[in-house]
Parts: sequence; C-alpha cells; structure tokens
Amino acid sequence: MLRVETLATELIGPVSLTVGAGDCAAITGPSGSGKSLLLRAIADLDPNTGHVRLGQQERDQMPAWQWRQRVAMVPAETGWWADRVRDHFDPAHDPLPMLEALDLAPALDWEVSRLSTGERQRLGLVRALCCAPQAVLLDEPTAALDPAATERVEALIRDVIARGVPAIIVTHDPAQAERLNARRYRMDKGRLTPDPGK
Amino acid sequence: MTGYIALSATDIALAAVFLLFNAGLSLSLQLGLERKLLISAARMVVQLLLVGLVLKSVFSLGSPWFTLLIALVMLGFAAREIAARQNRQLAGTWGYSLGAGAMMMSAALVTVFALTAQIRPDPWWSPQFALPLFGMILGNTMTGISLGLDTLHGVLVREQRGVEARLLLGAPRMQALRPVMRDALRSGFTPIINAMAATGVVSLPGMMTGQILSGVDPREAVKYQLLIMFLIGGATGLGVLGAVLASALRLTDARHRLRLDRLRAPRS
Repeated sequence: MLRVETLATELIGPVSLTVGAGDCAAITGPSGSGKSLLLRAIADLDPNTGHVRLGQQERDQMPAWQWRQRVAMVPAETGWWADRVRDHFDPAHDPLPMLEALDLAPALDWEVSRLSTGERQRLGLVRALCCAPQAVLLDEPTAALDPAATERVEALIRDVIARGVPAIIVTHDPAQAERLNARRYRMDKGRLTPDPGK
Repeated sequence: MTGYIALSATDIALAAVFLLFNAGLSLSLQLGLERKLLISAARMVVQLLLVGLVLKSVFSLGSPWFTLLIALVMLGFAAREIAARQNRQLAGTWGYSLGAGAMMMSAALVTVFALTAQIRPDPWWSPQFALPLFGMILGNTMTGISLGLDTLHGVLVREQRGVEARLLLGAPRMQALRPVMRDALRSGFTPIINAMAATGVVSLPGMMTGQILSGVDPREAVKYQLLIMFLIGGATGLGVLGAVLASALRLTDARHRLRLDRLRAPRS
C-alpha cells in the first residue's frame, strides 16, 4: 500500500492519496496542473513536505536512493546517459521477458541515439519495471505509442499491478484508466480531487 | 654568461612599435580592434608598473603580515575571475566562495609546502619568493578550477534528464553524477597536462626564459622550472578535485536530489 499524506511542494499540494496493493490510481488534468510534479514529489526528486509511506515503511526513514529502488518512477521523457541501451539496465535483473512482451527483445544491443521516441519510452519503462519495484509511478507511459504498442504496454502494467504492486498513472486518456481498471483522480492547479467521471 | 642586461624606457617603447603597427592596420582595415588593443595594452602598462612598485615596497618592508595581505588580495582577484569565467555559476555567495576555498586549500597549501620544504628562503615567507611562487601556482589553479566548474555546471544542465534517470533508478547522488564529474575533472586537468607535455619542445616556459635572460645557467633554470611545474600540477589537481567535488555536493542534497535551482541563470 502506498500512502501519501499532505504532500506539498512550492508548486503543488497539499495532496493526500492512498493506493492499495494491486490497485491503480489514474490522474488526469490539464497541462501544467502539477501531475508530473506530484509524481516527482512522491519519488522525492523535488524538495517537499508531508509523509509518504510504503506499507509500514516511512519514506524519510530510509535513504532516498533506497526509496526510489522500491518506488519506481518513470518520467514521460526518459533520460539516457550511456551510448548503448544495454548499459542502462541493472545487470542484476533480467529484462528479456518484459522486452519480449513488448516486442523489443533485440533492443539491448541498440545504440541509444537511433531509438525512436516510442522505443525510448518503452525501454525506459522496462528499465524501471524489471528491477521489481514495490510501487510504480508512471507519467504518461503510452503517450508516444501507436494503439498496438499501447495495448502491449497496458498488458505489462496490468501484470505488474496484478502482482500486488500499487500504481499511480498520469494519463490524458480516460479510456486508459478504464482499461487499467483504475480509480480516477483529477489534478487542477496543484490540487487532487477524486474524479466523479467514474 | 653575459649576465643581466638592464632595459631602458626607450627599449620598451621600441618594443611597442609592432603593437602600434597592428593597431594602425586594424584602423585602416576597419577591424574595430584598435580600441581594445590599445586599452588592454595601456591597462597592462599601468597594472605592471603598479605591481612593480607594490612588490618593491613589500620586499623592502619584509613584513609577514603585509605579505599575507598581498597574497589574500591576489586570492580575491583569482576567485572573482573564477566566478566570471563560468557561464552558469552557483547562486549566492557560493559562486565566489567555493572557488576561493578550493584555491586556498590547494594553492596556499602547495606554496607553503614548497617554501618550507624545498626552496627554503630565510625567512620562509620571504615575499621575494613567496609572492611570485604563489602567483604562478594560483594562476594555473584558477584556470583549472574555472574550466572544471564551467564544465560541471554546463553539462549538468544539459544532461539533467540522464542524471535524474539514474537517481530514479535508485543510484546514490555521487554515482549518478559520476560521468558528469569525470567530464568536469578532465576539462580542468587538460591545460596543465597539455602544458607539461609541450613544455620544452614547443614552448620554453616564461619563468625559465626569464631566468635564462637574466643570466642563470639553463640547467639551473630547468631545475627551477621542473619544481614549479610539479607544484603547479599538484595544486591544480587538488584545486580542481576539491572544487568539482564541493560543487557536485552543493548541487545535490542529502535526499539525493539534483538541485539545479542552486545555479544562477546563465549569462548572455
């Protein structure tokens, strides 16, 4: 269970939100409303106040890097720091099953510079998910994908959630929230409210 | 050995003839450089004449406190220069004090070490030895630090996404910043490495040339130059390492976040 209590930064909040094990929360809202900032704050990537807990573990009780290994955030635009795709993957975990599920099995040998936007997005997702995080924060995980690829990515996300991992997903697509069987929230001017749309 | 040949004012004025010729050329070709050329030449004349006067009085005073004061003034100018040479510098007083601290740590330490362990003038702080030595070491350390910090800050801004990607995958801050810090260290070390490699083959170092011109046996001048180059190399290395490490720590925080908000907006 991922529990967020009165989380606030200079630009958003206070936000409270609880996502149970195996549950999914989908956040929609206009551009600039602070959806991505909320995910960054939960991942502790921006200075913030408030409490975040994963199960019984308080975020501020553990080093931030340890928290981020457990609560994985995948930003809308993924970052890369080496030339080859392979060098971005933790050798302790095998990404091949997930890459195969997304039809990207040969991608490990590719150069980052020749990846398309959609390939970057999917590889960035696998890079984080294959490390077996205990909660996931996904920022528009299918924004650059065609319908077929979107379907595969959503199936992968459903698999992860089905393992009991709480997920928060930022999306522009109400139908996606439906397909992921997610509870819907709406972000507006830095405040989060349950979305009566569902 | 011919010994030392004193220069007259006419000799120096004559040496400026080619510079004036350049200024004339710039004027006739409308390059617009003549003003800058003449102003910087005039600045040089005034600064060096003043420094000559100051040094002469410091030497004759022979006071350790006055020597220290001059050294601190030099350090202050060097720190200002470091801040000015970075496109993006640390916000607040950090932009100034971090460079000053790194230079103080490296250049001052190495200078004191050289004075007390190798050159050993009597007294060890004797301004005639301490100030020129400190100046040479300081100048090179300053160049290294400003290059290192400029690279660190520029690349961090450019590679923000890559660094944050590593943080998000659970890397501690020093691990996430390692590639960027390596770039910064390399660029800070480059001038001194190049200088050491080219010395004696391409260029005769200014200090050695000066000693030879004033009649010192070239073999003695070479020994002095080696000593100086080792000291400069050591001080530059320490200074660049200290400054880049400190700035990397300042641009992250205890919760392993990248804090680019602690950088000032770029010039230009």
